[in-house]
Amino acid sequence: MENEILRIEGAIKRFGGLLAVDGCSLSVQEGTIVGLIGPNGAGKSTLFDLISGFVRPDAGSIIFSGKQIGGLPAYRIARLGLVRTFQIPRALMRMTVLENMMLGSQNQTGEMIFRPILSWGRVQAQERSIEKKAEEILKFFDLLRMKDEYAGSMSGGQKKMLEMARALMADPRLLLLDEPFSGVNPALSERLIERIKMLREKGLTIMIIEHAIPYVLALSDELYVLNKGAILANGRPDQVISDPKVFEAYLGVGFDAQH
Amino acid sequence: MLDYLISIMLTAGIYAIFALGLNLQWGYSGLLNFGHVAFMAIGAYATVLLGMNGVPLIFAVLAGMVLAGACGAFLGVATLRLREDYLAIVTIGFSEIIRFLLLNWSSLTRGSFGLYGYPRPLEGLVAHEDYNIVLAGIVIIVLLLVYALLEVLAKSPWGRVLKSVRDDEAVSISLGKNAFSYKVQALALGSAIAALSGSLLAFYLQYINPNNFQPIETFYAWIMVIMGGSGSNRGTIVGAILLWGFFSTTRFLEGYISFSPSASSAARMVIIGVILIGLMMFRPQGLFGRKEDLAVGK
Repeated sequence: MENEILRIEGAIKRFGGLLAVDGCSLSVQEGTIVGLIGPNGAGKSTLFDLISGFVRPDAGSIIFSGKQIGGLPAYRIARLGLVRTFQIPRALMRMTVLENMMLGSQNQTGEMIFRPILSWGRVQAQERSIEKKAEEILKFFDLLRMKDEYAGSMSGGQKKMLEMARALMADPRLLLLDEPFSGVNPALSERLIERIKMLREKGLTIMIIEHAIPYVLALSDELYVLNKGAILANGRPDQVISDPKVFEAYLGVGFDAQH
Repeated sequence: MLDYLISIMLTAGIYAIFALGLNLQWGYSGLLNFGHVAFMAIGAYATVLLGMNGVPLIFAVLAGMVLAGACGAFLGVATLRLREDYLAIVTIGFSEIIRFLLLNWSSLTRGSFGLYGYPRPLEGLVAHEDYNIVLAGIVIIVLLLVYALLEVLAKSPWGRVLKSVRDDEAVSISLGKNAFSYKVQALALGSAIAALSGSLLAFYLQYINPNNFQPIETFYAWIMVIMGGSGSNRGTIVGAILLWGFFSTTRFLEGYISFSPSASSAARMVIIGVILIGLMMFRPQGLFGRKEDLAVGK
């Protein structure tokens, strides 16, 4: 396929006796939003951990824009433009919202020790432009008025938004969102949907894990259903959701879900 | 009386530099270094031994800093991939290894006899009775330089990454930062600063022996950092002044109270302990810390 940005083939991850991801294969086209759903314990978050390098796959290949990334350290994968967020919001509590944002920017000269002193002028100029960019993105997420507050003082939903905003500071090509709507109130969620669509318009590729099916249906160009660590179904969201196999997985697995 | 004030200024200044190194590691990076005194000892001995062998003192001091920084980096590389408490265990062990090495490597260090009669900076240029004033000046200049360096770094993008590693390493990694490397850097730089304080301590004492570098010295630095407020360089300096001010004034009062020397030094530690407990109850963030910095959880 011409514009494939991510390809996973036969990915396997074992935790002791548990096969969390069991021969999972999928493909993501550039500029699309791909939803990933499945019952609890299906391995969705583990799959994100594999893609982002937080967990090493036991087998299989993960190819991001033509480059094999399986087994690379997570920070290197992030530098390639594949950035993730977390299911439980991880705001840097003891840093301000603005500091959280500015951390996300890539290739900062001042992040090398002593460069803030040796290249004072250049680092200051970079800081100003990073701050400007951070303020623009905060505005996009309606968080600008909180920029000088500590991230620890934000609500759960605001932390989720901050996390997404911070990830965007890294100029990702592929963004992995792990339950972006959890803890976000319905009114805010509607706005968040519009914003995620706007990001796709700008050419960003997004993978979303989400339990709230209506939001996934509203956003996804393609939907994957994960069950017991393997892909159960995939295709156009409306087709996938009416697939009897999917229905069964959701209702049937409810009782013996691992989590 | 002036001599007395100058000696307080010297010790407080030297320990402030020492504690600033620890504040970089603990306050900004969340690293549990329980063997900070080892790096002070390395700095002191390296400077003295090189100085006795004719190396210009400025290079002797720098060599001590480089050696201590390398040791800090080595400990970091060895332990920082493990859980964070391993660093605490390994550093406290390392500091005792260094002390026993210095005690037993007699051919080099003269063991418990210690070293004295070594060269000190500007010694030929100043009258002996004025030397401590000059040295106090040097200590204060060095302290201000270290403070300025750390303030600039703490507010820079480099410091921002350190703080993010302290708060939640996974976030830094997810944003492309090599968290491990930053922890090693903080450990190395903090250790080099401790070595610098060790060189100055040797210049001040005119006599060093391995028992100057007992583990308790590390915990003095911890008291200074916690009292002043973890993550505040200014607080750390104030903590150092308060702790040494307290030690010195109580020593002054000793003449008026009929305590035996060992009883009065124990009483001093009891009072410090009570003050710390009170501080933790009523102002847990320390004198200059921010309340927000106490936010728990992730």
